[in-house]
Amino acid sequence: MTPVIQASNLTKVFGKSTAVEHVSFEVQKGEIFGFLGPNGAGKTTTTRMLTGVIPPDAGTATILAHDIRTEPVMAKQGFGVVPETSNAYTDLTAWQNLMLMGELYGLPRSRAEQRSSELLTMVGLLERKDQKVQAYSKGMKQRLILAMALIHEPELLFLDEPTSGLDVQSTQMILTLLRDLNRKGTTIFLTTHNMEEANRLCHRVGIIRAGKMVAIDAPEKLKVAIDRVHKIEISFDREVSSDALAGLSDVTGVNRTGDKWQISAENRDAAIHSLVTFSQQNGAAIVTLNTLAPSLDEAFLRLTQEAKP
Amino acid sequence: MNPAGFSEQVRRAWAIAKKDIRIYYLKGPVLIFGVFMPLFMFLAFLMGGRQLPLSFLISGLVGMTLFFTATAVSPAIFPWEGQAKTLERLASCPVTVEAIVFGDMIASILFGIGITIVTVIIGLAVGLSLIHGITLLVAILLAACCFSAIGMLLAVPPTNVPSNIMMLSSLIKFPLVFISGIFVPLEQMPAWGLVLAVCSPLTYFTDLVRYSFTGTHFFAVWIDIAALAVFTVVFTVGTMYLHKRTMPKRM
Repeated sequence: MTPVIQASNLTKVFGKSTAVEHVSFEVQKGEIFGFLGPNGAGKTTTTRMLTGVIPPDAGTATILAHDIRTEPVMAKQGFGVVPETSNAYTDLTAWQNLMLMGELYGLPRSRAEQRSSELLTMVGLLERKDQKVQAYSKGMKQRLILAMALIHEPELLFLDEPTSGLDVQSTQMILTLLRDLNRKGTTIFLTTHNMEEANRLCHRVGIIRAGKMVAIDAPEKLKVAIDRVHKIEISFDREVSSDALAGLSDVTGVNRTGDKWQISAENRDAAIHSLVTFSQQNGAAIVTLNTLAPSLDEAFLRLTQEAKP
Repeated sequence: MNPAGFSEQVRRAWAIAKKDIRIYYLKGPVLIFGVFMPLFMFLAFLMGGRQLPLSFLISGLVGMTLFFTATAVSPAIFPWEGQAKTLERLASCPVTVEAIVFGDMIASILFGIGITIVTVIIGLAVGLSLIHGITLLVAILLAACCFSAIGMLLAVPPTNVPSNIMMLSSLIKFPLVFISGIFVPLEQMPAWGLVLAVCSPLTYFTDLVRYSFTGTHFFAVWIDIAALAVFTVVFTVGTMYLHKRTMPKRM
C-alpha cells in the first residue's frame, strides 16, 4: 500500500544553517503520526516542506501519491492544514472564511454551504458565524481554522501545535474531534510539544532533533526502548526477604521503597514470570504489580539529548 | 474537475479577487484615497497658472486616476498577508502562485476601472465630450490590466513590511506620472523627456484618453494600444515569474 506521506531525504538550508537534514519517514493511511522535537529542531520547516509552502533544497516528499514539488495542486487538494498561529482572515466572518476555503478547494457553492454549516456546528461556532473573526478568542479561532481545514473532507490533515495555549475546553474539543476524524479514516500528521497529547493520541511518533530524525516508533515502544534496564514495582501481602527476591532468575537488582519493592530487570517479561512463581511458591500474594516504564517525556529528553554532538 | 486545470485555477483566482475586494478595497479610506489623490494633483496643476486647457488636464486626471487606483493597494497585499500569515494559508491551498497573483490583479483591475469611471463621469459633467468611446473603453481595460501588473511587480521584493513596499511604490509611481505627458504635453517635452516618456505605459494610456476626449494624439492609436498590450503581457508574465521565485522567502 502506498504511504499517505513519504518523505525521503528532505533537506532545507537557510543561509549557512541546515534546518532539516536528510529526514526520511513514511506515514500510513489511517495513522495518527506525532512529529515531536524541541524548539528549533526543524518540525515546522519539515511540515512546511510537506505542505508545499516552502520547497526542499534536496529530497522528495510524496503526499497522497503526488510529488509536492511537481504536482503541488493535486497534492494540496487532498489535505488540510491547521497551522499553529490562526491564519483565518480576521476582517471576514467565520462563514465568509469557510466559503472562501470552499471556493479555493473547488467545492460547488451548495456543498460549501452545507459543509460550512456542519463544521460550524461541530466546532460550536454556528451561532457566531456572522461575526468577524477579529472578535474571536484564541480557542474559537483555532476551532475555526480546524473547520476551514476540513471543508473539503481531506484524507490527510496536517496540524501544527493545534492546542498550544488553548483552554482545557477547547483543547478537549479539538482532541476529541481529531480522534473522531481518525476513526472515520482521516490520516493525521500532528506536530506537537505536548508529550501527553502525543502519548494519548498518536499511533507512532517521530522525534527530530537539530534537523535529524532520531527515532520513529510507537510511543510505548519508544518508552521501553530507551531503557535497557526495566523497573517493576511489586508489593506482597506479607514480608519477603530481599535476598530471596535478589536471587530470582532475571532479577538484576532489588530496592525497597516503603511497603513496595522496586525490581530491576533486563528482561521484563521473564522477571515478572519469576516474581509470580516466587509468589505462588512462598504463599505471598501479590497486592500490586506495576511496570515502571519511562514517560514519553523522559524518552523524548533522552533521545534528544543523546543525539547532541 | 481537474484542480490544476486552467479554468479551475481561474475560478480560484476569482475567489481570491473577491476576498481582496471585500478586505482591502471596500474600505472608506481606500475609496477616498483612490478618488482624492489624483483629484488633488489635478487641482494643483489646474491652479498652477500654466494655461493648459481643461480638456488636456481632465484627460491627465483620468490617466492618473487609473494609474494610482490600480496600483494603490495591490503592492501591499502580499506584505500584509505575509505578516498576518494568511499568505501561508493560501500557499497551502490548491492554488498556484500564478492564480494568487492573478486574483490580486483582478481585484485591482476592478477597483481601478470603478474609480476611473467616476472620473470619466466628472469629465463629462464639466462639459467634455467623449469623441471615441470605444477607444476609451479598450484603453481603460488594457491599461487597468497593465497598471495592476505594475502594482504586483512592486510587491515582488519579499518583505512583509508594507511600509517598505509603499515607499518603493511611491518612488517609482510619482516619477512615472511626471514623464508620461500628463502635466506636460508630449509635444512640449525635450528629447530626453520623450525618451523617458516612451518607456512609460502611462504615456500611451494618457495619449489614448486624450484622443478619446479631444481627437488629438501624439502617437498613432494602434501604437498606443500595441504598446499597452506589450507592456501588459511583459509585466504580467514577469510578475508571475518573479512572485513564484520570491514567494517561499516570505514564509
